[in-house]
Amino acid sequence: MPDYAWPDAEHRTLIGKRISRVDSPAKVSGQAKYTYDVHRPGMLYGKVLRSPYAHAKLVSVDTSAAEKMPGVKAVHIVQGPGSTIHWEGDEIVAVAAVDELAAEDAVRAIKVEYQQLPYLVTDTEPPQGSAEGQGPLSMDDIDDMLDNQVPSQQMVNQIQQYGITAKPSEDTLKGLKSDGATDAVLDAIRAAAVHPDAGSRPKSNYQKSAAQTLGDPDKAFAEAEVVSEGLYGVPLITHCCLESHGSISEWTDADHLFTHISTQNVSGIPGQMAEPLKTPASNIRVHQDHVGGGFGSKFSPDRWGIFTAQISKKADGKPVRIMLERAAELKVAGARPSAYARVKVGAKKDGTVVAWQSLSWGTGGPGGGGMPPIPYVFAVPNQRKEHTAIRNNIGPARAWRAPNHPQAAVLTMCALDDLAAKLNMDPVEFFGKNLDMAKPRQNIYREELAIAADLMGWKQKWHPRRQNQSGMVRGVGVSFHTWGGRGHASDCDLTIHPDGSVELKLGSQDLGTGTRTCILIVAAETLGLPIEAIQLQIGDTIYPPSGGSGGSTTIGGVSSSTRRAAVDARDSLFAQVAPALNAQPDQLECVNGRIGVKGDSSRSLSWKEACSKLGAMPLTVRGKNPDKSKPPDLTNSGVGGVQMAEVEVDTETGVVRVTKMVAVQDCGLIIDLKTAESQCYGALIMGISYSLFEEKIMDPGTGRMLNPDMQFYRLAGLSDIPELVVKMMTGKGYDERGVIGLGEPPVISPGAAISNAVANAIGVRVPFLPLTPDRVLAVLGQKAGA
Amino acid sequence: MRPFEYVSPSSRAQAVSLLGTAWGNTEILAGGTDLLALMKDDVVAPKRLINIKEIKDLRGVSLSAQGLRVGALTTLGDLADDANVKKNYPVLAEALIEAASPQIRNLATLGGNLCQRPRCWYFRNGLGLLPKDETGRELVAAGENRYHAILGNDGPAKFVSPSTVVPVLIAYGAMVRIEGPKGKRELPLEKFFVIPRTDSEREHDLRPNEVITEVLVPPATGVKAAHYEIRQREAFDWPLALAAVALKMSGSKVQTARVVLGYVAPVPWPSPEAEQTLQGQPVNEESAQKAAEAALQHATPLSSNGYKVQLARVALKRAILKAAHRGAA
Ligand SMILES: Cc1cc2nc3c(=O)[nH]c(=O)nc-3n(C[C@H](O)[C@H](O)[C@H](O)COP(=O)(O)OP(=O)(O)OC[C@H]3O[C@@H](n4cnc5c(N)ncnc54)[C@H](O)[C@@H]3O)c2cc1C
Repeated sequence: MPDYAWPDAEHRTLIGKRISRVDSPAKVSGQAKYTYDVHRPGMLYGKVLRSPYAHAKLVSVDTSAAEKMPGVKAVHIVQGPGSTIHWEGDEIVAVAAVDELAAEDAVRAIKVEYQQLPYLVTDTEPPQGSAEGQGPLSMDDIDDMLDNQVPSQQMVNQIQQYGITAKPSEDTLKGLKSDGATDAVLDAIRAAAVHPDAGSRPKSNYQKSAAQTLGDPDKAFAEAEVVSEGLYGVPLITHCCLESHGSISEWTDADHLFTHISTQNVSGIPGQMAEPLKTPASNIRVHQDHVGGGFGSKFSPDRWGIFTAQISKKADGKPVRIMLERAAELKVAGARPSAYARVKVGAKKDGTVVAWQSLSWGTGGPGGGGMPPIPYVFAVPNQRKEHTAIRNNIGPARAWRAPNHPQAAVLTMCALDDLAAKLNMDPVEFFGKNLDMAKPRQNIYREELAIAADLMGWKQKWHPRRQNQSGMVRGVGVSFHTWGGRGHASDCDLTIHPDGSVELKLGSQDLGTGTRTCILIVAAETLGLPIEAIQLQIGDTIYPPSGGSGGSTTIGGVSSSTRRAAVDARDSLFAQVAPALNAQPDQLECVNGRIGVKGDSSRSLSWKEACSKLGAMPLTVRGKNPDKSKPPDLTNSGVGGVQMAEVEVDTETGVVRVTKMVAVQDCGLIIDLKTAESQCYGALIMGISYSLFEEKIMDPGTGRMLNPDMQFYRLAGLSDIPELVVKMMTGKGYDERGVIGLGEPPVISPGAAISNAVANAIGVRVPFLPLTPDRVLAVLGQKAGA
Repeated sequence: MRPFEYVSPSSRAQAVSLLGTAWGNTEILAGGTDLLALMKDDVVAPKRLINIKEIKDLRGVSLSAQGLRVGALTTLGDLADDANVKKNYPVLAEALIEAASPQIRNLATLGGNLCQRPRCWYFRNGLGLLPKDETGRELVAAGENRYHAILGNDGPAKFVSPSTVVPVLIAYGAMVRIEGPKGKRELPLEKFFVIPRTDSEREHDLRPNEVITEVLVPPATGVKAAHYEIRQREAFDWPLALAAVALKMSGSKVQTARVVLGYVAPVPWPSPEAEQTLQGQPVNEESAQKAAEAALQHATPLSSNGYKVQLARVALKRAILKAAHRGAA
């Protein structure tokens, strides 16, 4: 059995050190090419006609004028007459022309007649007694749910609960499948009760989930000595990828497609394009060198990615490019669901939390969306929770870095922080006291909390909440978070050539997180070579498939299969080299670019000499992770992090500035300390941005997004970023757990930590993010008036 | 982009003759930092662009006994760097440096800054400067108006005047010179801005076939000036409210004051109320606060911009105190 285990601390030469990103020089010099930079010979530009209405039926679509315009090469109707539009910006017609301006002119020449329908673009608290949709579902209802991207499980539940109005034919089911119905949905339809006489299903925007209880919340609240009630929430925000979504497709012959795409999921794209294009996945090649942000929104080829291929076919295979304009990026390419809650929490006088109650709501657009995991991190023993999902026309939601967790952190940590204030307790003491509810990571949190408090200077900075202050005030806040981060499936091929050169290939992608660097560190460490000695190829479907970069699974996936391939390759090489060194293979080691006998420095060969023993043929080894049924050996999951924020608030203007942030984070064995820290820095910056600025603002009067640009969809700029202190937990208790993902966890806590810091500074809670001057002044005014 | 004619005259007279008599058909192109963005977004679609950058005598900054003369084509960057401006009109230099980004300041001209279109998100999203729905209902009042006007908003115009530089110029008493088919005219900068009542009007007094040629600023000897902007984000952000103040002191008391608010109304908003309140008073927290209250006493906030009343008050109070604490130029 080969020994894949990670080397001990004393034998690590590269792993866990602070190593600069290998692609930094290419990025800072502009040599790194993003999909946005790709210009193929003879390329056509695609533009999309988008709906100006949030909800409408298409009455007619007339493309005749557009087709005749100079420079126009193809026109493709995406949604024809009779289709229903569910959000502003939804795609109706795609056009390809010789340049962007001609394509835009053609889009403008398309005539569409709409029948406007009533819409909802707000996510304010659901009115009392708002009924949810009830009664059996017609096939139209199911089609509608598919259009609305209602999650499969939710559809299954509805079908099981309410039944259907008529048994569909297998042909109809096939149709549903091609519209995106999962097998689970189809099975549920086949098994559903049929109620042919039921009237049509009344529609409701509000979908209430059944109340969930744990323990005995009534008794616990009755016995609680201190109870705090509050309103908390985070709005809908967008992903706002700096490189917008898009792709360039070309048919290299009648049957073969080549696509450049901005994606988090290189290996997973062909499989998603195959069905709509009626082309085998094996005939679809996908390539990407660098990506300018995805944050969970770039796993699919997207409708517009499919158009590029469809239009290319109509245009004799010429490359067709559609990269979303900024406005489209912000309207249709993904948003993080909102979440709000009225929370009541109870504790004993000593600070022990005993009861939780929440009435929450939120929207993820047409699909509604689920309840965030509250109470978060702290498993309060007695709970009652109810959630209402609002289905509206605000646009589709997508996974956003640590889906549901940032919302859960705000709803939980802010409610608990208010409880601490009511108890007159220092939050560090209060949360520390309740950490036994944070199993199984209570000890990690305890250790991290102490370090964070120290790095923040919490003892000097924290003060009890003070009312009615004036001028500039300061405060500090804390939050806790957790995440899974298990490694994904990831195959790789490692080749050692007889001349000593080494190649490593896998279909992964580097989201800017340092994936390339980390893969190289693992391979180089294992082979005893410098990083530069290894040629790494990623970002193409001609390489072995590697999982999508979501759920913080990449570092675990790629490091573990790279380690396996490198160990296997090394052991094969040892077997071939051993005779020349007069030794057994298991006596050999490779260090500092040499292969030699352990403990005998007189018997060794340079790497190059050793590789020449391979003969004429290179040695290639496939690295593969153990399948999911087995416990992972090199990786793990489950991390804990603690963050603190310090803010300064101008009580006259309500302007909030973050003055310092501290992140203390564990992620098991760290491959590259520098890029790990860098993930935390980036997450803190993103966190400051969504805490203070970001919000998708919808106009109730037109159903449109009003800030689909970067002047009013504000992102934090350099001068909004204060001192950031990052401490990665390493060493005993951490390293031996194996590699765990880090991309998502550090972005979870900033909202809660910053909101808590503001409450500490001004003495009162600003209920909702972002913490804008109007919201801050509103609570300060209330307080003064009270 | 819709096709358009492009002409590049080399004299003012030529430029004037190429301009049309109705808004919308022709546009003057200076730095293009605003106009081109609006054209790309199809918010405006002129049939002819008149590039004025070849007209040499629209450039240049000079100082004389009459004050400062700034050619309309002077870039914000050049004006901010001008030694005379820094020395004699330091608050103008400060306001310029706070405007936009270095890249924009290198292209944006002062003439264009005066005529830049409002940042109202209804306007910028193609819903019109005085946006209404099919039934004639005003969209801003019923919609998202957190950044809109709190003064001068009784008509259909609810946007705020976008320049952060103009309020300072008005406080310094600037005049604007205009040339058209009937010759030259000159008017105080504050009179240049008007609140449009119909969609065929603009936010200023310019006729469609007139060109701004220069801005004149009288000598500011002995003037204590300041401006104060409240921004949500530190850099490259539009202010939520701002104030510009120019005080002439007599001993420790205010002899005359010029007070102009920005980002509160469809025009830069001079406040005679605040000016009168300050007159004859020493400058301190209390008198500054009184002036701020006077300036905002008639504010008529919309459904979600009441907070801007407070911000405008604070901006003005701070600008007054800042002016008093700095030495006269
Ligand atoms: C990112 C960004 C940030 C900004 N931040 C600020 C800020 O903080 N503060 C601020 O004040 N401004 C700001 N601006 C606006 C900027 O100052 C203006 O866009 C610029 O001053 C316009 O000048 P221009 O020469 O580019 O005008 P153009 O875009 O060429 O023209 C603008 C308008 O003025 C008209 N015009 C131009 N010159 C004349 C003339 N001589 N006579 C008659 N009409 C004329 C044009 O016809 C057009 O309607 C910002 C702009 C951007 C893009």
